[in-house]
Amino acid sequence: MENKQENDFYVDSDKLSEKALAKKHMLENDPSSRKSHMEYLEGMEQIKSDILEKVISEMDSYDYSKYTARDVKRALDHDKCSIEDLKAFLSPAAEPFLEEMAKKAQIQTRMHFGNTVYIFTPLYIANYCENYCVYCGFNCYNQIHRMKLNMEQIEHEMKVIADSGMEEILILTGESRNMSSVEYIGEACKLARKYFRMVGLEIYPLNTDEYRYLHECGADYVTVFQETYDSDKYETLHLMGHKRVWPYRFEAQERALMGGMRGVACAALLGLSDFRKDALATALHAYYLQRKYPHAEMSLSCPRLRPIINNDKINPLDVHEKQLCQILCAYRLFLPYAGITVSSRESETFRNGIVKFAATKVSAGVSTGIGDHESKYTGSEKSEEAGDEQFEINDSRSFDKMYTDMSSEGLQPVLNDYLYL
Amino acid sequence: MNNDKLVIAGHEFDSRFILGSGKYSMNLIEAAVKDAGAQIITLAVRRANTKERESILDFIPEGVTLLPNTSGARDASEAVRIARLARELGCGNFVKIEIMRDSKYLLPDNYETIKATEILANEGFVVMPYMYPDLNVARDLVNAGAATIMPLAAPIGSNKGLAAKEFIEILINEIDLPIIVDAGIGRPSQACEAMEMGAAAVMANTALATAGDLTMMASAFKQAIEAGRKAYLSGLGRVLGRGASASDPLTGFLRD
Repeated sequence: MENKQENDFYVDSDKLSEKALAKKHMLENDPSSRKSHMEYLEGMEQIKSDILEKVISEMDSYDYSKYTARDVKRALDHDKCSIEDLKAFLSPAAEPFLEEMAKKAQIQTRMHFGNTVYIFTPLYIANYCENYCVYCGFNCYNQIHRMKLNMEQIEHEMKVIADSGMEEILILTGESRNMSSVEYIGEACKLARKYFRMVGLEIYPLNTDEYRYLHECGADYVTVFQETYDSDKYETLHLMGHKRVWPYRFEAQERALMGGMRGVACAALLGLSDFRKDALATALHAYYLQRKYPHAEMSLSCPRLRPIINNDKINPLDVHEKQLCQILCAYRLFLPYAGITVSSRESETFRNGIVKFAATKVSAGVSTGIGDHESKYTGSEKSEEAGDEQFEINDSRSFDKMYTDMSSEGLQPVLNDYLYL
Repeated sequence: MNNDKLVIAGHEFDSRFILGSGKYSMNLIEAAVKDAGAQIITLAVRRANTKERESILDFIPEGVTLLPNTSGARDASEAVRIARLARELGCGNFVKIEIMRDSKYLLPDNYETIKATEILANEGFVVMPYMYPDLNVARDLVNAGAATIMPLAAPIGSNKGLAAKEFIEILINEIDLPIIVDAGIGRPSQACEAMEMGAAAVMANTALATAGDLTMMASAFKQAIEAGRKAYLSGLGRVLGRGASASDPLTGFLRD
């Protein structure tokens, strides 16, 4: 039966001008008013790659309803997980086999990662955004407190985080080249190298030479969420801005690797579209990237939709914890060597459970706001200067608490497993 | 037997078990030293280079030789930089070269490994290269100044045992340096088999790290390695083929 439940993403702020509101409504209601989401804009590098076509043709032809319990059992019996096996694991037919999948996933996780779990934290340095992505708290029509940290403020945030014991940081911005230029992000990376062993980026997609520049500034890992691999659906959710260009986003990881980054992460934002197809495409995206760039370190994230400021009803629809767990087991079985990150969007209970057999990395001490680490870490009063959050987090454990909790689950927390070379 | 030492570049060791670094926990190190008798412990420099509250360096007991490895290096120049960093960190002169250009199977790049071995041996390191068992490469590594040769038995972490047995045996027969079997050893019986063949030592990690009872598995490896070594030293008995040995000598007809 088709799931008719859908999120209501559109929210009008009374602070928007009449003109802005009119444009917003036109973008929402009149598809012809939107720019093509398949055409590269000026300045966007086009690379030669067949990965997109491979991933999308597999995804388009994926009919998960045709897989049966027999296919799943056969896949469970295999030593190596083929693409067909992956498709069976992601199908509804696999749902009754969740425990078996988890047991098999645990063997793979332990074989490739031992009993370790990596801990990191994200640092949002700006929340300005030029895009209208209807589900995102940072979208340009959402009335939130915007902020961009200056270098002094960034350094202060980094000190606070580093003092907590953290050694790996993921730097994030809203997607605004104007407000958060590549040079600005580069300077932040140079600062991060002073305080952290490992620096990752989750920013707007760049060209190869820009990734090379940021690599030289000290970053070595790039995460880009494709949000959804269904380009038609993508078009209806990303109504305006550079982010609207779907293929340029798809190729971001490849450009990052060409620019010298050591590792990349792929993800779909689960709950936006058909999650089985999106999960298949995410895994295949990483798989084909690894085949083409065998030295690259691959990882996957599995974000589910969360409520945002001014819209607390946004939810991940039919992707419940069981489905998320199924996806993560399938990822692990298909890509046993890939890192899997489970963010603070998920609950403490879920994260404590999933690190035992599939996930290898968790965030801790998380804020998705701007410039508020000191208040969040020490309980001191939040500065009026702080910028608003991108989404509501679920698991707010501090670094210390996460370290202790992971240890008591019998896992060895690892804060750094990396050298900048 | 008491004088049977593992000698690496003039350094003597009683134990022929080396703890690898792939998966680590403080319990693993403790079990490897106490129960497996390890005197050499591998250490991934990329993990040691940390301000971590539980620095792995603090857990290495005195008297244990650290064997820093260059994991994370994608070519010779990166391996050389990591080795030098290890020396700066106070990890001594030993270095295990690991160069991987493949994040999926983590197979060593033999070509880059030869290059790094030469550079580091010239800088006075005791170089222990991890390699894919290839006789020509092993000879090149000897010429480049390696102190041992460390061929993989099977893909790292696979617990598949001596998948490359025939090729490792060739190295044991042809190379005068100690051959230390590295990667893929999943059971004490496989470690024993490697030692029976004449391997100088065995390195393992995952097999212990993923065992149900770490301590017991560590001592099982110790015993297996010792048993295999004794068997090798004692000269394995004849392995009879099908049928019994002929009572009349086959060459009995020869007259003068």
